[in-house]
Amino acid sequence: MIKVEVRLYATLRKYRPELEVGEPLSLQLPEKIMVRQLLEEKLGIPATVVKIVFVNGRQREVDHSLAEGDRVAVFPPVGGG
Amino acid sequence: MSKILRVNMTARTVAFEAVPEKYKEMGGRWITSNIVCDEVSPTCHPLGPGNKIVYAAGIVTGTAAPTSGRISIGGKSPLTGTIKETNSGGMAGQKLARLGIKAIVVEGQPAEKGDYWVLKVDKDGAELLPASNSWLGKGLYETYPLLFDEFGEKVAIIGIGIAGERLMANAGICVNDPENRPSRYAGRGGMGAVMGSKGLKAIIIDDAGDPPGVPIVNKELFDTGRKKLTEALLAHDITKPGGGLNTYGTAVLVNIINEAGGFPTFNFRDGRFTGAAKISGEMIHEICTKRGGVGTTGHGCSPGCVIRCSNVYPKPDGSELVSVQEYESVWSFGANCGIDDLDITGELIRLCNDYGLDTIEAGVTIAMAIEAGLAEFGDGAKAIALMHEIGNGTPLGHILGNGAAITTNVFGVVRCPTVKGQAIPAYDPRAIKGIGITYAISTMGADHTYGYTIAPEMLGVSGKVDQFDVDKVDMARNFQHATAFIDASGYCLFIAFAILDIPSGLAGMVETCSGVLGTDWTVDNIGIIGEEIIRKERAFNTAAGFTKAHDRLPEFMKHEELPPHNVVFDVPDETLDRVHSLQN
Repeated sequence: MIKVEVRLYATLRKYRPELEVGEPLSLQLPEKIMVRQLLEEKLGIPATVVKIVFVNGRQREVDHSLAEGDRVAVFPPVGGG
Repeated sequence: MSKILRVNMTARTVAFEAVPEKYKEMGGRWITSNIVCDEVSPTCHPLGPGNKIVYAAGIVTGTAAPTSGRISIGGKSPLTGTIKETNSGGMAGQKLARLGIKAIVVEGQPAEKGDYWVLKVDKDGAELLPASNSWLGKGLYETYPLLFDEFGEKVAIIGIGIAGERLMANAGICVNDPENRPSRYAGRGGMGAVMGSKGLKAIIIDDAGDPPGVPIVNKELFDTGRKKLTEALLAHDITKPGGGLNTYGTAVLVNIINEAGGFPTFNFRDGRFTGAAKISGEMIHEICTKRGGVGTTGHGCSPGCVIRCSNVYPKPDGSELVSVQEYESVWSFGANCGIDDLDITGELIRLCNDYGLDTIEAGVTIAMAIEAGLAEFGDGAKAIALMHEIGNGTPLGHILGNGAAITTNVFGVVRCPTVKGQAIPAYDPRAIKGIGITYAISTMGADHTYGYTIAPEMLGVSGKVDQFDVDKVDMARNFQHATAFIDASGYCLFIAFAILDIPSGLAGMVETCSGVLGTDWTVDNIGIIGEEIIRKERAFNTAAGFTKAHDRLPEFMKHEELPPHNVVFDVPDETLDRVHSLQN
């Protein structure tokens, strides 16, 4: 098993409404789990509503495999300036 | 017929002129930059009689085109010494356009410093009126209501605050919002000081009584384009009602830029701020909901906007603290000063609105004061006290009111995050390289809105590119050209999120411009016109003494690593120079 931290932002916060803004969710996950599995199987978030995924501050696709200690952040489409 | 209003502050005359043929198709930044290039000596003192200040609505501003209420203000900047165009939403652009005025050119200056006037423009003409003493030397939250009492609630006001009256290089120009707050700003580059140097306190724009409106040569084409653009804005996840911008405001960017490690913290010492979530758009939305009262997200800054990304932020008791907590502002006063409290950033933004200052420059300047030992990171009360120094016009306040670069010079601070004297905004270029190219080669000093490469680098708009890739010359150039065109059109830059992803929206945007003007532009004209605007601006700067040596980021960013990615700005100088060497 690996331990990862997940942060859900903007409209995706509704999938874990008990968390404060920016509060991490600590999860024990099977090794080499992909971001897509994390989203859909562990968090119930359809990958289609996710626009941007960061793993340790780098943008990754949903087929990226996670490792021990990873910091994951997930965003719907957002923009501003 | 469209006309140009020329106002001479030396002779105190106003005159309407026909629009010269060469300006006929121009609007917004296109015409302000052209008039400045044609009429202002690049070597003039920005606050002397030789500089001019030009106000112009965009090509489609004043029509039914969505999200197109921008007004451009141009001249030579006292902050950067370069040409400048700064634009704003609010109520002024549409009213000016509907009066049939293509541009207002203000030139000369009164013989007596401190002699202030108000320019009143309506369907019958224009006149200069002496400014009442009761409108001078005080905050705009006091002055604007007095002006509305005098001229009526339905006028638009383009005005300066104390900072502009005192000719401070960080003075912005204020435009009222739909509820007549002094809250929308053409903030950057110190154009408020230029307006102040002309002895012009405010321009009152009254479009009552059936003004001529904006003529549309090809109504059918305009309507076709308007429909396509509106559909794109209503469909795109970022711009649609209930989308990212409408729900959370521009500060929805706080968390994503922070996660990317590009959120400048403690004066660009870190790319992540532990208090980021507390100053984010999500938190603004939550506080507006919980506190209730006047708290509002999805507030519109000008009529006809379908995005509506502004907000009204409440105090704990539900009464109004400020409009608007914007991404750049919560960053400059927040993370960059180590402050993680929206009530504090809100008060600091309110003071900027009141004194007439640009929030980006002001926040970065407070960070410079912290570097100088005048305050500590995270000390909101002291930051507020420093802002009052500006409002009170103390000698320290005059230093701070002249911006980050001046402040660092005075106090011997080396870590000064400016380009051409203008503060770098809320994306660290060491972690996000393309925006660094934009900052470096902008004709107007560091400015994210000059070529918003953040869209593909961070947001997945118009594709995705790696934030650390340094070879982004073509991308940077294309964004700069497209931006210059949007700045000419009168549309808010935020339509870009939708039209970069939705081709019919892009075509529709061009068709609305063609419809108004009777041209047969295609999307290819975006790049052609954008390039022409920038070429003109570059020529002005070259004549003003700017070289490629000025197209550089602060030296410390080349050798000081930015956590968490521990990166420096490693785009080679030759790459920066290539952006324009291929163009000129």
